[in-house]
Amino acid sequence: MTFLQFLITGLSLGSVYAIIALGYTMVYGIAKMLNFAHGDIIMVGAYLAYFAMGKYNLPALVAVMISVLVCTLLGVVVERLAYKPLRKVSSLSVLITAIGVSYLLQNGAQLLWSSAPKMFTSIIPPNTIRLFDGQLTITHLSIFTIVVTLAIMIALTLFVNNSKMGKAMRACSEDKDTARLMGINVDTTISVTFAIGSGLAAIAAVLYASAYQSISPTLGSMPGIKAFTAAVFGGIGSMPGAFLGGLLLGVIETLVKGYLTTQLSDAFVFGILIIILLVKPNGLLGHKYSEKV
Amino acid sequence: MAMLEVRNINVYYGSIHAIKGISFDVDEGEIISLIGANGAGKTTILNTVSGLLPSKSGEINFMGQNLLKIPAHKMVTLGLAHVPEGRHVFTRMSVRENLEMGGFSVPREELNGLMEEVFRHFPRLKERENQIAGTLSGGEQQMLAMGRALMSKPRLLMLDEPSMGLSPILVDEIFSIIRQLHQQGTTILLVEQNARMALSIADRGYVLETGKIVLSAAADELLHNDMVRKAYLGG
Repeated sequence: MTFLQFLITGLSLGSVYAIIALGYTMVYGIAKMLNFAHGDIIMVGAYLAYFAMGKYNLPALVAVMISVLVCTLLGVVVERLAYKPLRKVSSLSVLITAIGVSYLLQNGAQLLWSSAPKMFTSIIPPNTIRLFDGQLTITHLSIFTIVVTLAIMIALTLFVNNSKMGKAMRACSEDKDTARLMGINVDTTISVTFAIGSGLAAIAAVLYASAYQSISPTLGSMPGIKAFTAAVFGGIGSMPGAFLGGLLLGVIETLVKGYLTTQLSDAFVFGILIIILLVKPNGLLGHKYSEKV
Repeated sequence: MAMLEVRNINVYYGSIHAIKGISFDVDEGEIISLIGANGAGKTTILNTVSGLLPSKSGEINFMGQNLLKIPAHKMVTLGLAHVPEGRHVFTRMSVRENLEMGGFSVPREELNGLMEEVFRHFPRLKERENQIAGTLSGGEQQMLAMGRALMSKPRLLMLDEPSMGLSPILVDEIFSIIRQLHQQGTTILLVEQNARMALSIADRGYVLETGKIVLSAAADELLHNDMVRKAYLGG
């Protein structure tokens, strides 16, 4: 029964990783860059929801919508100002810029909102479902998180597979110059990808902050790194991979914490990542098709 | 006025001067072949015409518009399509999706009709409509790359090494389709290492050597030119 308990807790945590990892992997897939500021967009999203609900007493749904909207804009602006001018230079410069943006957002948040943690009230009331005579308790938030993540994954899959913009994104992720020859505006497509990824980050932010009920300017770095790991784990650039990687990471982390050790749980998680990458260098669901010459 | 007028373009890769003041014309209804050895600059020229590479000088006029001022993704709407060297099909997308990408700028309701026309030229693609392009053979990928370009209803079709890596039977098949397309009114700019094949279907040809045009003449003449025979036709 405890195993089932850990499994559900892990799936809920993993769902948040999965949403963040989707953003990572989509941006990587199309812009071929690791957007290390992605985690800090989460932090901004959490603060926005905090202020909208705590200070202006807006309903949770409105707060989430504001958070999503502002993060979407923030993601697009960051891409235009910081990454787009670097599109033709070495990817190392872009990586360093992304780290710079990450610190800029963190320090900006410290300046604006102080580094002291703030209490975040969960958007879902802290009720639980008890099963098997109370041996298994599931919070409403866990269920909500898992359901939201599933819905996002389904919606995103439909969008990427069937819509014109989704197909353009796939074309750009494979071959930008050829996408241009087809008449696809690559800059617009990249902007849309950043918009979607950052909007998702805001949703992840609210779910994550609801679970931990405390937010601080460095809140985004750990889930950011974990989600990045999840994306690599699943095969960077692959959306089902990011989803699977996120869920697995959450479950593994929770099981290690539950059965083995709390202090070393992250070491175990990253250790497993290393082993998986040794066996499958492209991740679990990495791409395999190639062009024939 | 020619359909495509290239005037004195100069293209650099960093400090390497790859295209050195090249000018040439393509008239409406012609098949023009650019021939030359590996590294002569053939692909660079096509990439510059379609806006993937910048030219430091000169002009490229296509039906009265200066292409050097137009971003690459607007070229298809002008009637210019480019089948890149090495096919560059979207390997993780289906055959159908690849064709949809080719028709990215045409209205949705025209897509099916255009696709049927592509399938008439390449029945093999119809059989493999839902197959992932990465699993096609090299010849099928070449057909897909050409079919994809046709989806934009081009006035000028630029083909970069369509015979590369294909068996002689497939090369014949691809070239007979190029002839068909030409007969239906598509103007063709062909870049080929297979000079004999390229000149046999062309009206005129240009010979490139290290970024310069060294010879231009009617295709028949080039086929009988001593220098061309020695350098490109195996004596």
